[in-house]
Amino acid sequence: MLAIEVKNLTKKFNRLKAVNNISFKVEKGEIFGLLGPNGAGKTTTIKMLITLVKPNGGEAKVWGFDILKQKNEVRNSIGIVFQEPALDNRLTGKENLDFHARLYGLDKETRKKRIKEVLELVELRDKANVLVGNYSGGMQRRLEIARGLMHYPKILFLDEPSLGLDTQTRRRIWEYILRLNKKEKTTIVLTTHYMEEADYLCQRVAIIDFGKIVALDTPANLKSVLGGDVISIEAVPSEKAFQVFQKISWVKKINQHNGTIDLNCEQGEKKIPLLMKIDQENLGFEIKSINLRKPTLEDVFLHFTGKTIRETEVSQSEKNKRAMRRRFRR
Amino acid sequence: MRAKNLQVIYVMWLREMKIFLRAKSRWISNLALPFFFLFTMAFGFRRFRIAGVFHGMSYGNFLVPGIIGMTMLFSSMFTGISILWDRDFGFLKEIMVAPVKRSAVILGRVSGGVTNNLIQGISILLSSFLIGFRINSLLSIFWALLFMVVISVGFNGLSVAIASKMRDPQAFPLIMHFFTYPAFLFSGALFPIADLPFWLRSFSYLDPLTYGVDGLRGVLVGFSQFPPILDLSVLLIFSLAMVILGSWLFSRTEV
Repeated sequence: MLAIEVKNLTKKFNRLKAVNNISFKVEKGEIFGLLGPNGAGKTTTIKMLITLVKPNGGEAKVWGFDILKQKNEVRNSIGIVFQEPALDNRLTGKENLDFHARLYGLDKETRKKRIKEVLELVELRDKANVLVGNYSGGMQRRLEIARGLMHYPKILFLDEPSLGLDTQTRRRIWEYILRLNKKEKTTIVLTTHYMEEADYLCQRVAIIDFGKIVALDTPANLKSVLGGDVISIEAVPSEKAFQVFQKISWVKKINQHNGTIDLNCEQGEKKIPLLMKIDQENLGFEIKSINLRKPTLEDVFLHFTGKTIRETEVSQSEKNKRAMRRRFRR
Repeated sequence: MRAKNLQVIYVMWLREMKIFLRAKSRWISNLALPFFFLFTMAFGFRRFRIAGVFHGMSYGNFLVPGIIGMTMLFSSMFTGISILWDRDFGFLKEIMVAPVKRSAVILGRVSGGVTNNLIQGISILLSSFLIGFRINSLLSIFWALLFMVVISVGFNGLSVAIASKMRDPQAFPLIMHFFTYPAFLFSGALFPIADLPFWLRSFSYLDPLTYGVDGLRGVLVGFSQFPPILDLSVLLIFSLAMVILGSWLFSRTEV
């Protein structure tokens, strides 16, 4: 049995196809990533899988249960960390967890034991009795991860788990995610628009753009599509250099933009000395700088969609909205 | 499954209670309004006699059941507001993805609201003894509590129903005032509805709170327009209908 099986899932908002006929499978125990810019349809996909939004077409099974016909079974098998905070600020961390545990029908013994366990996992034990309103953003996100795990879900959904967090907190969250995947064998599905997050965490990544999956594979395989490393060279005059580099046998692909020449090759670090030698042969140009880049998922994204991940205005207005809410609550 | 639903009702109730006990401002605002009404009106109209109605009853004795009814009505708004807050702060999603019956969630919220209302109703009743309010017998208190429960179940249900159809927490009080003020003024909480001209009185007959106030008055001071059992029946039907409507609308909300 698969953890998740999605077939031709579609969701329309008025005329706009937010999710357009997508299909994918998630294996048990896997960390699976949906990578794409804001508004690509990641969150809508997740919302359909967690039974919050009804699809317009297609079908999906979560832990073997149909998302339309077996909602309660699906809900019992999954834990969710939403993109926007979904905690009660007027309760303490422990009370939020206890509320969740009771809602999922855990008995008293299990509740006590599990609250301790999950708080330990996210290192919040000393803040258990503090009102969530006094938590920092990072602490809130950690508590939400803990809450998502309370009822021993088979699959944990994380919608942009590190959005708006500082680098250190992000690193910590990544460690928790890896730890719980290893320790509790929880299957994890996460959405992100951070390339390095998908690269670091996910065993397989689906690149999603305009509601469609444009590529799906392991990060390593996705990157190998690009044909190895990229060496960027600034040289004057660049036209002359371009002509010379074009003829080198180990260069797989060559591009020129804004006076910079990009060479694709294998094992780029070993090619730099070769380039230095060519420079010394005085072939009518001079190399000013050499920069070696290992391909990232950013490059993969660029390759498949023809653009870099775009930061839309949507995210900005979301942030404003959240700030307003906080102010209103106080 | 049944035990699990009870657990859900309990946990929703428990949450309402915790929040209520911590929100001191809500305590003050909840109790201040009825007390202002009670004290100013009871003393202000102390010397008024309305022909043929009060039978030597003081206005204060006439008024107390009305103020209790009013409190049940106005405080029920909070249940709807708390749903809208949950939606606005994202917490509603947490509830909506849980494997629980929507009706159990609503019953839990309503029972939380009813508990709050009862606390207020009892404090008003007790403090009204200070201003000379007298009841028929101790048994009256039991019947009065029963009436308070059915009135507040009904209006809590209405509050949930309206909140489920709304998105904007700021517009909610405005919409609710559209229901609460007419319901309050037509209910006969402040004056006997028998004195209203017929065309106005017909609004009173449509107002569920009329039967609430009348019933409370009947059981507490022995003065009512209808037999209290009729009042109780009307209220039972009203509250049942509102809880069903509220649960139904709530189960259809998307977050």
